[in-house]
Amino acid sequence: MTATRKNLLIIGNGMTTTRFLEQMIKHGKGGYDISVFGDEPHAGYNRILLSPLLSGEQQLEDIITHPQDWYRDNDIKLFTQTRINAIDTAAKTVTDASGKTYPFDALVIAIGSQPYLPDLPGNMLDGVFTYRTIDDVNAMQDLIPGARHAVVIGGGLLGLEVAHGLNTQGLDVTVCHRGPVLMERQLDIISSGYLQTSLESRGIVIRTEANTVGLAGDGNVNKVILDDGTELAADIVVFAVGIRPSIELAMAAGLDCDKGIVVNDQMQGSVPGIAALGECAQHRGQTYGLVAPLYEQAEVCARYLCGDNNASYHGSVLATSLKVTGIKLFSAGQFNEEKGCQVMQLKDPYNFLYRKLVFRQRQLVGALLLGDVTAASWYRDLIEAGEVLEHISEQMIYGEPGASKQVVEPVQDAMADANHA
Amino acid sequence: MPEAQDTCSVKTTCPYCGVGCGVIATKDTGNNVTIKGDSKHPANLGRLCSKGSALGETVDLDNRLLTPVVDNQQVSWDEALNTVAQRFKTTIEQHGPESVAFYVSGQLLTEDYYVANKLMKGFIGTANIDTNSRLCMSSAVAGHKRAFGTDTVGPCYEDLEQADAIAIIGSNFAWCHPVLYQRIEAARKKNKTRVIVIDPRRTHSCDSADLHLAIKPGTDGILFNGLLSFLMKNDCLDKCFIDQHTEGFEQAIDMAMSSASDIDMVAHRCDLNVKDVTEFYTLFANTEKFISFFSMGINQSSSGVDKVNAIINTHLATGRIGRPGMGAFSITGQPNAMGGREVGGLASTLAAHMDFTDADISRVQRFWNSPLIASKEGLKAVDLFHNVREGKIKALWIMATNPAVSIPNAGAVDEAMKKCDFVVVSDCTRQTDTTRYADVLLPAQAWGEKSGTVTNSERRISRQRSFLPAAGDAMPDWWIICKVAERMGFKDGFGFSSEAAIFREHAALSGFENEGQRDFDISGLADIDDVEYELLPPMQWPINRDNPKGTQRLLQNGRFYTMSGKARFVPVQPRLPVETTGVRFPLVLNTGRVRDQWHTMTRTAKSQRLSRHIREPFVQCHPKTARAHGLVHGQLTHIESKWGSVLVRTDITERQRKGELFIPLHWNDQYSARARVDAVVNPHVDPISGQPEFKHTPVMAKPVLHSWFGFMLSRKEYKLDCTYWTKLREADNWRYEFSDSEAHDLAWFKKHLLNGRDYEWVEFTDEINEVNRYLWFDESGLQGCVFTAAEYEKLPSREWLSTQFTEFELPWKHRVRMLAGENDSNKTDCGEVICSCFNVGKKTILEFIRNSTSANVEEIGEQLRAGTNCGSCRPELKCLIKEA
Repeated sequence: MTATRKNLLIIGNGMTTTRFLEQMIKHGKGGYDISVFGDEPHAGYNRILLSPLLSGEQQLEDIITHPQDWYRDNDIKLFTQTRINAIDTAAKTVTDASGKTYPFDALVIAIGSQPYLPDLPGNMLDGVFTYRTIDDVNAMQDLIPGARHAVVIGGGLLGLEVAHGLNTQGLDVTVCHRGPVLMERQLDIISSGYLQTSLESRGIVIRTEANTVGLAGDGNVNKVILDDGTELAADIVVFAVGIRPSIELAMAAGLDCDKGIVVNDQMQGSVPGIAALGECAQHRGQTYGLVAPLYEQAEVCARYLCGDNNASYHGSVLATSLKVTGIKLFSAGQFNEEKGCQVMQLKDPYNFLYRKLVFRQRQLVGALLLGDVTAASWYRDLIEAGEVLEHISEQMIYGEPGASKQVVEPVQDAMADANHA
Repeated sequence: MPEAQDTCSVKTTCPYCGVGCGVIATKDTGNNVTIKGDSKHPANLGRLCSKGSALGETVDLDNRLLTPVVDNQQVSWDEALNTVAQRFKTTIEQHGPESVAFYVSGQLLTEDYYVANKLMKGFIGTANIDTNSRLCMSSAVAGHKRAFGTDTVGPCYEDLEQADAIAIIGSNFAWCHPVLYQRIEAARKKNKTRVIVIDPRRTHSCDSADLHLAIKPGTDGILFNGLLSFLMKNDCLDKCFIDQHTEGFEQAIDMAMSSASDIDMVAHRCDLNVKDVTEFYTLFANTEKFISFFSMGINQSSSGVDKVNAIINTHLATGRIGRPGMGAFSITGQPNAMGGREVGGLASTLAAHMDFTDADISRVQRFWNSPLIASKEGLKAVDLFHNVREGKIKALWIMATNPAVSIPNAGAVDEAMKKCDFVVVSDCTRQTDTTRYADVLLPAQAWGEKSGTVTNSERRISRQRSFLPAAGDAMPDWWIICKVAERMGFKDGFGFSSEAAIFREHAALSGFENEGQRDFDISGLADIDDVEYELLPPMQWPINRDNPKGTQRLLQNGRFYTMSGKARFVPVQPRLPVETTGVRFPLVLNTGRVRDQWHTMTRTAKSQRLSRHIREPFVQCHPKTARAHGLVHGQLTHIESKWGSVLVRTDITERQRKGELFIPLHWNDQYSARARVDAVVNPHVDPISGQPEFKHTPVMAKPVLHSWFGFMLSRKEYKLDCTYWTKLREADNWRYEFSDSEAHDLAWFKKHLLNGRDYEWVEFTDEINEVNRYLWFDESGLQGCVFTAAEYEKLPSREWLSTQFTEFELPWKHRVRMLAGENDSNKTDCGEVICSCFNVGKKTILEFIRNSTSANVEEIGEQLRAGTNCGSCRPELKCLIKEA
């Protein structure tokens, strides 16, 4: 045993961090004493399960993945409700909100992102929320008993999850989405239409191409105003219009930042000894908001810190494999038709089954699956490989040759196993 | 047992070909009809072919004409009958009797035929009644009359079993008269009967033959004149018979020797090799018990009558006639072609095998007590429709036939009916290519409902009996004719109370002042009562005082019905077909039947079993012809003559001679976009018989390259609107094959295939492979599917997909598998159905043969059951054994 143990500090205690910690443990911790700083009061929890928490389908204890005991058992110091305000790269210390400093030999920044709150009139009224944390959910739940109408602004993944949660709680929910396509980063116009039909059948009102211009209310919000003059009654308004990687702390410390904190293939930032992971990191120009790439990053970084110099991250194909309110989705690559591409698609709107493959010069460049995603990994591999396909059979739409062509029935279960971070 | 009262079994006769098989039809409580062969019936002894076996599948009421219709309005019988009677009466008053005509059918029963003929010839007073038998065997009739003085078919079916050699001339009897084929095949096992097939096509009838002469179309006269010369040169004549029982030998042999004395020349002109011709001639010369079995390949020719006589000449020259196991044997194509001949239903005969001689006219007029009798032959089928088109015939009554499909130059027939002032159609089918021109539609009873008699190719009169209630308002044809006759003012001659009453009069006429002068004599049945008529067993005419139980063979004892009592040799100067090929129309088109369809498909196409043998109209051609004309197997070919065109699927096969094409006669506008082959066929006829030259039309052929191909399976029937389509019946759905060049998408389908109605859709589109697939559903479940592809071969098997229609509820996982065209197990996809009786497909059979070291037809039968019921597929099984 050496007398000089090294300190590894991790700022942020989200899902990327817990995966990173698991990987450090798996690879022997590299001789580090590990401390984690989280600004929430909770230990590690599954942020993906905020929606069932909101809908009441799950309880708080169901979504805690790493309780305090886990940290203690693994000899990791967890500082909850501890916000790190500054990093001194020269002194190799960080300072928390109370002024206390902590030295480090290695530092990992994994503080994720913040929800974007547009600068609209009324956005500070009571009853107006963003949606990221257990605290957000708790605050909404406090209002639910006296509320009747909820408006969710933003028809992306998070917005639809919130809408589903609030709808399940018995509220009349309207989703206002700016563009014509819901979840436009994951869906095309057809699959968006299927999803819209599905959500509407559950009682959620969807307004696409609905541009919110302001909120109004007296202390508490009571309506949302659209640019066509429509006023929507609202006791609760949730903004889910995007996230911003949290880079202020790193910028102030002098790390190179762009959209996110710029890192290399080992997830190391521009200052030696400081790594960044997850939604706040920018690798090869790309930031990621979904859990699969973040987990890959966490593993690479852990192996590197444990002495594996071959550990290297090469980026992820933008593949989304997730489940919104019980409907399975997968999309990857360029799944929207563009000039020069050829499309193979299967549409079964009455079963919410949709499959679309996009080819360009005999390469598979995009895939979109709705309802059944069993073939997703095969398509993702093909898109990643980027090979010119000699023979493209129409049977490709049914998945890998040899695999059963039986499509898995889209189970409308409550347990959302979506994995957005 | 109580159930016994609910089922009834009736002995009746098959309504298809001229073999005239006995059938036992059993109807259960649910009106399901099961069919089996009547083992007591002498024609078939229990055997049935695929078509006969499937009769139970054809008695449903789909597309049945159920009520009288005048000007597209349903009306009462009274109104319909009055309309027909009135229009015929006023037309005759204004334009004379020659301005009206009946066009009738070998599908009519003898009793129907009798009153139709009586009305036209004996009361309206013109012989403008002709029959679709004109198209089938009128050359044989004329040939018989020239040789024997009467239209006498001497031999019987047993002769086929007693012969030592049989020449099958111009007949694919394995497919067209399958029960006779089987009787011969069975006899061959014992007798080693030699079989020679003379046919331009290597049909399935050739598969078990000892010799096949793939003769150049139209040269049969040369071949048989050559045979007569050969017999002369080789001293094989029966000089005694010639001297005592014939006349005209000298002229006939002179003509034969001058036209075909040399085998090398015969072989050259018939495009055969000398060895084969010599083998045939030698076999004939050396075989006393020799039967020349001939059919449409001989008859359907502009020199058909001469060809018939060229064949008969060889039998007269050898005295091989009127004795067991020998003779020239004409086989008819229709169930009651012979009955039509007997009543005089052809425009060229008067009645009961009497002609337009003064004596016969007087006799028949006295018998009928007729006010005005036809004094000369009437218009024969092709001429009749020509006169309709010219406006000379102003009122036309079509009974039980579909001339818009079956008469050559069918486009002109369309035009004729369109122009005709008044067209009446009595039929059991609502929608045919002909009914669309009708001013009046009269619902006739169908097989199973109607009752009467038919005569088969061996002169055997059998009862067709009723075992089903009449559909809707349908009535027997004889009733319809008699009611019209009465309303036209002919009250006296048509007050028949039953078909038995008509039969008695018909039998009486046959014996009236006969004294053995006329071959057709069934006077022995003139006094039978209704019960005896009901129970009438199958009997061969003549049936009279001398032969009360009927007569197995005619033309025995060297006695014939000519003035001199001697048979006549007819000198034959061989003539080639009228139209010759040239630069513009370089190929020769032949037409004929396929195994599992009948005529214009109004009944056989109702059977899904029968529809699975050959599913689409096709053209067969030799590989070299295909190459020369750019035709591709499985693709479409456009075939065009001076008269019209068709669009059919290409089947490249070495069974065809080079430069010659074959297209089946069955398909029409009800079943395909443009496959009515008689629109292409030339209208030339034999100058004596008036029978058209169906077997020889010069045509051109070119490939039609459509940009996409598809098929649709649907519960409902649709009227498709695309360049090529064809329709067939499957167990639970209709199947359409189609193709086009116009760009298509789902909207196109909805418009062109489904007439705009919307459903719940599942879609698959693939821009890379240019594949589109759609399923549609309504509240009750799966309604249909459409598959298209840029290449025909990329379409999946229809077999498995069809099985998805057995249930309405389609588990949703199956939707995706249906779109994939997926085939869960190879067993369900058995390929083209070879054995219609047991539904055994080509793939299944081939697989079995390949897995077996010594597969033969019997073993296939034991293991797969194929070929063990009707046996119609046995020639094809033999072929598959060779193929595998």
